[in-house]
Amino acid sequence: MSVTERATNVVLGGTRGGPDVATLRKDRWWLQPVVTVSILTAFVIYSTWAAFQNKNYYVGANVHRDLISPFYSPCLASSCVEGSRAGFFFNGWSLSPAFLILLFPLGFRLSCYYYRRSYYRAFWWSPPACAVSDAHSSYSGETRFPLVMQNIHRYFFYAGLVFNGFLTYDAIRAFHQPGLGWGVTVGTLVLIINATLLWLYSLSCHACRHLCGGHVKSFRAAPVRHKLWKIITPLNAKHMNFAWASLIFVAFTDVYVRLVASGVWTDYRLF
Amino acid sequence: MAQVTMRVWRGDANGGDFERYTVEQNEGEVVLDVIHRIQATEAPDLACRWNCKAGKCGSCAAEINGKPRLMCMTRLDQLPEGEVTVTPMRTFPIIRDLVTDVSFNFQMAAKVPALLPPPMPAEGYRMYQEDVERSQEFRKCIECFMCQDVCHVIRDHEENKAHYAGPRFFIRYAELEMHPLDTNDRRDLIREDMGLGYCNITKCCTEVCPEHIKITDNAIIPLKERVVDAHYDPVAWLGRKIRRRTKRSASDAAVQPAP
Repeated sequence: MSVTERATNVVLGGTRGGPDVATLRKDRWWLQPVVTVSILTAFVIYSTWAAFQNKNYYVGANVHRDLISPFYSPCLASSCVEGSRAGFFFNGWSLSPAFLILLFPLGFRLSCYYYRRSYYRAFWWSPPACAVSDAHSSYSGETRFPLVMQNIHRYFFYAGLVFNGFLTYDAIRAFHQPGLGWGVTVGTLVLIINATLLWLYSLSCHACRHLCGGHVKSFRAAPVRHKLWKIITPLNAKHMNFAWASLIFVAFTDVYVRLVASGVWTDYRLF
Repeated sequence: MAQVTMRVWRGDANGGDFERYTVEQNEGEVVLDVIHRIQATEAPDLACRWNCKAGKCGSCAAEINGKPRLMCMTRLDQLPEGEVTVTPMRTFPIIRDLVTDVSFNFQMAAKVPALLPPPMPAEGYRMYQEDVERSQEFRKCIECFMCQDVCHVIRDHEENKAHYAGPRFFIRYAELEMHPLDTNDRRDLIREDMGLGYCNITKCCTEVCPEHIKITDNAIIPLKERVVDAHYDPVAWLGRKIRRRTKRSASDAAVQPAP
């Protein structure tokens, strides 16, 4: 049964105590926004550059490897280099194939509850830190367009799971070294760590926690969902760590594949 | 004997300013001890609220060096060197010195629709431990209102108080929404009148909570997800239509007799 509020008037106004200053904090509250801006800006610049490159994203049979950058996987354009193309692809796509897919991981991270906290603080200064004044004279939060669209986070979560599936498949394929058989190279490990971190980031997501069991009224009445919720909850507590680790490592994975593909680095075979 | 200089806000609704007091500081003392020493030695008319001195009543909430904290739980030797600034909570109207009028919170509390259980089975209802544990965290709240104080939605935008319950009451709503016997559906209310969408999850409420309640992760975000279920998720909507189930009919199914 949908309910309305119990009628009570809220009294507004009154004189506030303390001086009219942005903050009285004496600690280095600005440090966290500076670090966040630095890392996220660096990532956006690098990933944009990498997406426009449209080359050196795949290490193929010519060097007995099967490594693809996560920025280009799945490679869905007919222009994808030999060996990197997914089973389904678009003909006539003339831009970089990265642009066909990057919307999904970008949307997942942009609408992620943890990243929202970070960029609202660091970029929008709303507020820049706790007990430091909001930089805006009016505030409507996530009640209006475009920020009300943050509520579609769970759809990006679903899409993220599909992408994790592709990247896991890529990591398994990286064990295969064309012409040499099966083995493990540094690149194999890089792709495995990348896929693992992305799975941890996705499964620790707040939407995942809700969908797995957080939505039920009674855990007693839903024991399987309660078990799932209990598995996800400790992961969820580390969502911030997984968010940063997976972000940085996905960029590193692209760097690794790019440098191996361009011949700067050698992908050493371990066994 | 060590000494500490305290910069304390003195004033009322007509205005105010800082006054400095230099007083003794003994090992292990907290800010409230020194505020009491100022009252005893230099400023007997200094107003401050306090009660338990044990971090369990929430009365002595104030802002110490610009951050909301309980004066009784803030040790002076854990603050940076130099003078200590103490001001009243910024979000609420001042009464005098460090005392604020927190009526806004009681007005918001009065708006919360109470628990509405379904008709009980004749043999009674047994609430199981896993369902008790879920909301136990929220019941640790001591109503110091520091989460309300630090929340920029009302701290920096007074006009939002008219339509924003604030973190303290979001944990109350979450507790009720997660109660297996509750049949009230507060999701429209939370979204439209209590301003859940104003929260942008900056987690300051969680940072200042003296009871370490995970307000954002365990209450606000789950509430946001429940609002998404009801309003922004066409798949969930379709599922409800096909299965002809509402959230509340599912909760009715949860009512089990005592063994």
